[in-house]
Amino acid sequence: MTHEQIIETLEAAFAGQLSDCDTAHGISSITIPAAANLKVLQFLYDSEDLQFRFLTDLTAVHYPNRTNEELCVVYHLHSLYLNKRLRVKLYVPVAAPKVFTASKLFSGANWMERETFDFFGVEFVGHPNLKRILNVDEMDYFPMRKEYPMEDPTRIDKDDEMFGRGGTIC
Amino acid sequence: MSAHIHLDEASIQKQTTTLNLGPTHPATHGVFQNILEMDGERIVSAVPTVGYIHRAFEKIAERRPYYQITPLTDRLNYCSSPINNMGWHITVERLLGIKTPKRVDYLRVIIMELSRIADHLVCNSVIGVDTGALTSFVYVFEFREHIYEIFEAVCGSRLTTNIGRFGGFERNFPQEAFDKINKFLEAFPRGMKEFESLLTRNRIFMERTMGVGGISAERALNYSFTGPNLRAAGVDYDVRVAQPYSSYEDFDFNIPVGTTGDVYDRFLVRNQEIWESVSIIKQALEKIAALEAADPSQKEVFYAKEADKYHLPPKEDVYTKMEALIFHFKMVMGEIEVLPGEIYSAVEGGNGEVGYYLISDGGRTPYRLHFRRPCFIYYQAYPEIVKGSLLSDAVVTMSSLNLIAGELDA
Repeated sequence: MTHEQIIETLEAAFAGQLSDCDTAHGISSITIPAAANLKVLQFLYDSEDLQFRFLTDLTAVHYPNRTNEELCVVYHLHSLYLNKRLRVKLYVPVAAPKVFTASKLFSGANWMERETFDFFGVEFVGHPNLKRILNVDEMDYFPMRKEYPMEDPTRIDKDDEMFGRGGTIC
Repeated sequence: MSAHIHLDEASIQKQTTTLNLGPTHPATHGVFQNILEMDGERIVSAVPTVGYIHRAFEKIAERRPYYQITPLTDRLNYCSSPINNMGWHITVERLLGIKTPKRVDYLRVIIMELSRIADHLVCNSVIGVDTGALTSFVYVFEFREHIYEIFEAVCGSRLTTNIGRFGGFERNFPQEAFDKINKFLEAFPRGMKEFESLLTRNRIFMERTMGVGGISAERALNYSFTGPNLRAAGVDYDVRVAQPYSSYEDFDFNIPVGTTGDVYDRFLVRNQEIWESVSIIKQALEKIAALEAADPSQKEVFYAKEADKYHLPPKEDVYTKMEALIFHFKMVMGEIEVLPGEIYSAVEGGNGEVGYYLISDGGRTPYRLHFRRPCFIYYQAYPEIVKGSLLSDAVVTMSSLNLIAGELDA
């Protein structure tokens, strides 16, 4: 089964809900509505033709300029049966970043979701133990969001304006 | 701090004992903390705490030019840094569409398989240490040292190697490196056999490890296990075969699998993989010799010409030629831009699938870089694996999972 056929199968099952389907660098990518994530993951898991039963990776990306869909949650699934990978994306607003947890379907999603919560603040609804994992519990912000610069913005000794990159550090 | 200690109800009622194991316990080989509920010697539950050496690599990577990210990958799984380095290089090459010459691929395979051997040697010999057999550990560390000497001959450093560049290597392998590889291949099999004869059929070792820390194939897959831990459970998934990179498809090797997924199976799978790695290195040397015999100019091929833009020019050119000097400056200042794109690329690391999810917006640094760190993902199965086992078995289970603190905490 080719990447195109995988996307066709999905489009047949979720008519009108898929967007941005493309295949690049040997992996297909689809975007789904945030509320449909469990339905899509369950379909991919159960389908005898697809068998996407291995969750390779789960993370998020912050796009501050995309109004009302600032946070992108990315699942990387792997079908050992087809030996194909699939990237499933969904967007949620940073003001209310709620996504249903996949930890019932994949035990491995538990810590991956905790890490995503820890760094991006994505709230996984129904997660059994959604608390910080790598950062300290007292932390009151989500450090991987783009509004937090990596270094102290008040430092001027590292300002690299003279290298033609503009004066801001972010 | 007291606000963080939540004793279990059973512990307050004095039915179980709360035991804090780690983070700096000699038996945990790294900063791992587990709060165990013990009923006598048996573990009722385990709660791992991670993040003690979190260094925010993903955040740092968003501000670094691409070539400066290679040293960050060193510090993930520091028992096999070259695999991480090359995984990162391969990711960027795939994004840029650079095709590396065969000789580069084979040289990379040699280095990656050597680091796999080093990684597995550490893990397996430490299982011996945790069962009370220190001798085997001392025997094989000589060979790990030889491997590090090979890395030193190739790139100058030993543990955190920063080996290679986008498109290949920074310089050609010196003859000394090939001499050392050949010497290693000659001496290592004897040492490895000695190591195996100390442990593999050792009655005490077998009884300490068989049936301990087992996991079924189904649970292992559900927990997203990869690498030797998954293969010990009986699933023959190996990135080198499933989605080959660096010309692994040219090599003939077996994927050893276990059945029960216990400590003993993991030990056997790793040992067998070491033998397969030795065979792969021999094949790679033969293939390189064949390439060079067919075309003597191949001897000078150590990076992809199309990666010129991302590869530091030779030092003598930098001192004598204007263009080379400009390029050197631009590269070192990190002004080389990478095409926009999004890619997930994985390699078979020492302890599982090491993946790089890279989003480039066309700038000088990645927009987002996420490391798929295999031991972060499979460590969450630890409470389930050790539940009901003895405390001493939990220690052996932890070392057999090949947990590397640097990778766990990123």
